Amino acid sequence: MAETPVNKQPQPTTEWERIERLPEFRELIAAKMRFIVPACVFFSSYYFALPILVGWFPDLMKTKVFGPVNVAYLFALSQFFMAWIVAILYVRAANGFDKTVAKILEKSK
Amino acid sequence: MSTPLLMFVLFIAITLVVTYWAARKSSGSAAFFAAGRNITGWQNGIAVAGDYMSAASFLGIAGIIAFQGYDGFMYSVGWLVAYLTVLLVVAEPLRNAGKYTMADVLAYRLNPRPVRAMAALSTLTVSTFYMIAQMVGAGTLVALLLKGSGIGFNGAVTGVGILMVAYVVFGGMLATTWVQIIKAILLIAGTVLLSVLVLAHFHFSLYEFFDAIAHVQSGGKVVNFLEPGLRYKPPYGAIDLISLGLALIFGTAGLPHILVRFYTVPDAKTARISVVWAMFIIGTFYIMTTFLGFGAATILGGDFIKTHGGINMSAPLLAQRLAGDIFFAFISAIAFATILAVVAGLTISASTSFAHDFYTNVIHHGTERAPGEEVRVARITAFVVGAISIAVAILLGPTFNVAFLVGLAFAVAASANLPVIVFSIFWKRFNTSGAIWGLATGLVSSLVLIVISPSIMGLDQSHLIHAQPLFPLENPGIVSIPVGFLGAWLGTLAGNEPESAAKFAEMEVRANTGLGAEKASAH
Repeated sequence: MAETPVNKQPQPTTEWERIERLPEFRELIAAKMRFIVPACVFFSSYYFALPILVGWFPDLMKTKVFGPVNVAYLFALSQFFMAWIVAILYVRAANGFDKTVAKILEKSK
Repeated sequence: MSTPLLMFVLFIAITLVVTYWAARKSSGSAAFFAAGRNITGWQNGIAVAGDYMSAASFLGIAGIIAFQGYDGFMYSVGWLVAYLTVLLVVAEPLRNAGKYTMADVLAYRLNPRPVRAMAALSTLTVSTFYMIAQMVGAGTLVALLLKGSGIGFNGAVTGVGILMVAYVVFGGMLATTWVQIIKAILLIAGTVLLSVLVLAHFHFSLYEFFDAIAHVQSGGKVVNFLEPGLRYKPPYGAIDLISLGLALIFGTAGLPHILVRFYTVPDAKTARISVVWAMFIIGTFYIMTTFLGFGAATILGGDFIKTHGGINMSAPLLAQRLAGDIFFAFISAIAFATILAVVAGLTISASTSFAHDFYTNVIHHGTERAPGEEVRVARITAFVVGAISIAVAILLGPTFNVAFLVGLAFAVAASANLPVIVFSIFWKRFNTSGAIWGLATGLVSSLVLIVISPSIMGLDQSHLIHAQPLFPLENPGIVSIPVGFLGAWLGTLAGNEPESAAKFAEMEVRANTGLGAEKASAH
C-alpha cells in the first residue's frame, strides 16, 4: 500500500472501518500477532522435533537418563507440559488483549 | 442379565433422562443448535475433551502401546499439541464471527451460496468418514464386550444408531453436550482408577514400573518397550508420523464437531477458557492412557491379549485382571458411553451443517420459510444420517479396517477446512474463488492420496485394491495440506472481488472484539 499513505486514505464509510483504523485497534492486532506467530512457530518446532529426532537420531534418543527412562520418553512426556505452559501463557496475554478490547469498545460507543 | 449389559442399560437410562430434561428445557434454533449459548467454560471444556476422547483414543491408544510401546506413546502426543492451534488461532474469532457452523465465518465476506455449499460438502465428508469409523468400531466392540448376551454386530450397530438419533432429535445440542460431559467424567474416573491399580501392582514404585516396561516378554524375546522403532520403521516411518502430526495440528482446528462446540458458550473469553480446560483434561487422560498401555504390555503381555479379544481389548482386559469382573463391566460400559457420546456429537454437527448451511442458506437464500423450519430439517437430517450410518456399517461388516477413516477425516479437515478458515480470518485479499478452490483441492487431494495409499492398496487380501500402493504414506497430510493452502491462494489470485476486501474491516473488528457477536439467550 505504498501508493496510499494512511493520511490520504478515503474517509471511513462505515462504523466498522472507523473502529478498524483506531490506533488502539491497530495496536491490539499487532500485539496479538506478536504473541500468536512466535508461539505457533515455537510449538510446531518443538512438536516436530520429536518425530525428526526419533526418525533420524535414534541412538541419541535411546540414551538412558534415570535408570531405564531414556531421552525419547522424557522428550515425548515434556510435550504435554510444553502444550500446557504455552496455553497458560496465552491466557495471560489474552487477558491483556481483553483490556484493550474493552477500551476500544468504550471509545466506539 | 450379565453385569456389563446391566451397566450399559444403566448408562442408557441416565442419558435418556438427560435427553428428556433437555427436550423440555429447550425450544428455538439457538437452543437446538447451540444449547442457547449458555454452556459454561468448564462444562464446554469437558464436552470438547469428551468429543475428542473417542473409543479410538481410550481403547486404541492403550492397545497400540500395549503392542508397540514407545511409538504408541509418541503417536498420542500430537493429539494434545494440536489443541494449541484451536486455542491460538481458531476458537475466539470463530465464536465472535459465526452463528452455528464454520461456514458462517466463511460466508461473511464471500459469496455465501457457493461457499456454504462447498463447506457443507466438506463438513459432511469429514463427519461421515468419522462416523463410519466409529460405528463399525462400536459394533465390533459392543459385540465383544457383551459376549454371551446374544447381541451381535448388527444388533449393536443398530442400537447405537437409534440412541444417537434419539439424543439429537429430542434433546438437540443441550442433551448432546450433557451426554458428552457425563461420559467424559466417567471416562476420566475409570482411567484414574485403572492407573492407580497399575501403579499398585508395581508397589507404587515408578522405578519398578519403568524397569518392567524396559523388559517386556514379547514373542519369546525380551524387548525394551521404552525404545522407539516398534511401529514407525524406516524408510517411511518417521515421515508418516510427521504427516500424521501435520494432519492433527491443522486438522483438529477444522473438525466440524469440535468447532460447533464454541457456539454453545456465551462469548469468546469463555470459548478460550473452555479450550484450556479441555487441554488439561485431554493431556492428563493421554498420559494416563499410556500408563494403561504400558500396564497391559507388562502385566498381561501381547500374547494373552491376542488370544482374549485382540488389541482393542487391552484396557478392559487389564481391568479384569487387576480388579475382577465388576471393574471389567465398568470399563466396558465407559467404552460404550464413549462411543455413544461421540457419534451423537457427529450426528448433530452433520445435521446442523446440512440444515443451516445447505437447506436454509443455499436452497432458500438464508431465510426460513416458516418458524422452526431449520430445526425440523436438522431433525430429519439426523434420522437420515442415523439410517445411512447403520446401513453402511452393517454393509462393511465387523472385519472392515476402519482405522484409516479417522486419519482421512483429519486430513480433509486439515487440507480443506483449515486453510479457508485461516485465510478468511487473516487475509484481506481472500475471496470466493479462493475458498472454493481451497476446499475443493484440499478435499480431492486427501481423498485421492488415501485411495492410492497403503491403507487401500496392497498386495494381500486385506486391501480393497490389489496392487502396489502408488503413494508410500498412510497419512496424506504432508502433501494434501500444502495443496489445500496452494489451491486457496491460487484461487484467490485468479479471482477479483473488491466486495470481499471491503468487508474485511468488519470481519477483523468482529473477530477481534466480539462486537455484534451472537449473544447467549436468556433463561
